[in-house]
Amino acid sequence: MTNSQDIQFSTEAMEKVRKIISRYPTGKHKSALIPILHIAQAEFGGWLSSQTMDYVASILEIQPIEVYEVASFYSMFNLQPVGNCLIEVCRTSSCWLCGAEDIIDHIENKLGITVGETTPDGMFTLKAVECLGSCGTAPMMQVGADYHENLTIEKVDNLLDQFKTDNKKSRYC
Amino acid sequence: MSRKLLLKNDHIQGINTLKTYKENGGYSVLEKALKGMSPDAIVEEVKKSGLRGRGGAGFPTGMKWSFLAKPEGVPRYLVCNADESEPGTFKDRYLMERIPHLLVEGMILSSFALGANTSYIYIRGEYFYVSRILEQAIEEAYQAGYLGKNILGTGFDLDLYVQVGAGAYICGEETALLESLEGKRGNPRIKPPFPAVAGLYGCPTVVNNVETIAAVVPIIEMGGDEYAKIGIGKSTGTKLISASGHINKPGVYEIELGLPVEEFIFSEEWCGGIKGGRKLKAVVAGGSSVPILPADLILKTANGEPRLMSYESLGEGGFVTGTMLGSGGFIVMDEDTSIVKNLYTFSRFYHHESCGQCSPCREGTGWMERILKKILDGRGSLADIDLLWDIQSKIEGKTICPLGEAAAWPVAAAIRHFRPEFEAYVTNPDSIKDIKHYYRLKN
Ligand SMILES: Cc1cc2nc3c(=O)[nH]c(=O)nc-3n(C[C@H](O)[C@H](O)[C@H](O)COP(=O)(O)O)c2cc1C
Ligand code: SF4
Ligand code: FES
Repeated sequence: MTNSQDIQFSTEAMEKVRKIISRYPTGKHKSALIPILHIAQAEFGGWLSSQTMDYVASILEIQPIEVYEVASFYSMFNLQPVGNCLIEVCRTSSCWLCGAEDIIDHIENKLGITVGETTPDGMFTLKAVECLGSCGTAPMMQVGADYHENLTIEKVDNLLDQFKTDNKKSRYC
Repeated sequence: MSRKLLLKNDHIQGINTLKTYKENGGYSVLEKALKGMSPDAIVEEVKKSGLRGRGGAGFPTGMKWSFLAKPEGVPRYLVCNADESEPGTFKDRYLMERIPHLLVEGMILSSFALGANTSYIYIRGEYFYVSRILEQAIEEAYQAGYLGKNILGTGFDLDLYVQVGAGAYICGEETALLESLEGKRGNPRIKPPFPAVAGLYGCPTVVNNVETIAAVVPIIEMGGDEYAKIGIGKSTGTKLISASGHINKPGVYEIELGLPVEEFIFSEEWCGGIKGGRKLKAVVAGGSSVPILPADLILKTANGEPRLMSYESLGEGGFVTGTMLGSGGFIVMDEDTSIVKNLYTFSRFYHHESCGQCSPCREGTGWMERILKKILDGRGSLADIDLLWDIQSKIEGKTICPLGEAAAWPVAAAIRHFRPEFEAYVTNPDSIKDIKHYYRLKN
């Protein structure tokens, strides 16, 4: 087991963590696990290493396995490193009906990667995801907390250029 | 038929703020109820209204509330289901984003009626920015004395929190949601016990959809009897419909239940007809889980009656010729659409989202996805279509939660109504080459 003492939340993040734990009845602080994992993922590089998960377990005073099994269940938790900017394009019915495949193809060609891959410079990771509740404004993609809707090829081009210029990081909590 | 109760003020600039919400009558229902009504009287009005759960199952809300166990000294919880992950559904997002205070007011009112002093809104993790909007509204409500201790001097205490999920459709199933809220994997529980007896932290709990809880506000405002006059038969009130796909005006619409489907699709007031003047091929009327219907059966029932947007009319004919209102996720497909490919996107979704506890669901969803891919890739046979039918028929009724059925029904309906298209894929692909995208597959 890695030493969870080596990493630590910033003071600001720790403040948030304390506030979250206070939302639940005494003894039910495990309820804070998912919200805290979001914070941990944003703080420690956009993914959850076993070291990060052990650290979260130590804060909540639960077994590391309790954290691993939750982290591995939910699709928003990355158990492998991802690029600075994670691009998630919806591929489900309504988006497919409105051309999501063209959007995915275009991003793949433009970035020179396929779905699931990260660009060699570590800037972008591309994921195809399931319905994000934006079906009426399809096709769409999520980058960080932001929804980008009614996508066209031009819109995607502009966004990707912008992300690159800004060195956009998709982490949020 | 454009009667609006939930979205009547959604166009007003600043309606997301407490100030504007109040200027437009917001929180007056809460004040009236907290000062002048008993909790039981509120439950009674909700019963009279005939309101049915807007999350998909359509269970009568008043009845659900009256099942809530009330043992002495045990806390009760109200949990709002804002997981909204059923493909084709985006109405709760719209409501929370535009009029967050309507949900907050509904939560306070409902918590008072149920005797809950701590309540949670469980929202899907991807709606993070919406959770911020809700938190802002909740903060304002605390400052105005609508939340916290001794609300409006009535002695009623309530704390309201937003809990974000982390990407899992199954957490919309109410017991999986409670597991997730307890910090665990979203594995549905075996029922009974039902949440009304043993829910969050083992305590009596009511789980209701966002739209259901928001609807309590107009119900208390006008009275249950008046609300029950809106709509048609046992489909009372209004319903938010998320319209998407090949229509001219996709979006969220509040309809009075009973609106003819044909009018909803083709009238300028609603979806504005099919894009590019093409013909209608099929509709999935209530989110990905409900049976797809071909154009003739969605516009008219098998008896030739106009099909209406109501629980009963959409359900008429059972699964042989009918469907369900479900979550109100209304996905429209034009004449060029590949029904097989659309089904493939659903089956891939259910496979991805199965929690894996029950073998018929865990194995069946993956198997159906693989067969559909094979058919789309031109490697399928007629026997594969029968196999698909066989697999789906072995899931229903054999699983812990309804996700298994939700995965099976779309497969059954697509084969039932569009079998010739499946057969063309495996015997004569040239005959369907005008169907869109059937060759463009991405994993
Ligand atoms: C797989 C699955 C997913 C569900 N997803 C949702 C959802 O996202 N939102 C929702 O309100 N209900 C969802 N439900 C229904 C809930 O289990 C529950 O019936 C509902 O929240 C009750 O609220 P209501 O009576 O107000 O509709 C889902 C059910 C299943 C089986
Ligand atoms: S039916 Fe599927 S999703 Fe539901 S409990 Fe069983 S395996 Fe999990
Ligand atoms: S299908 Fe893409 S957001 Fe719903």
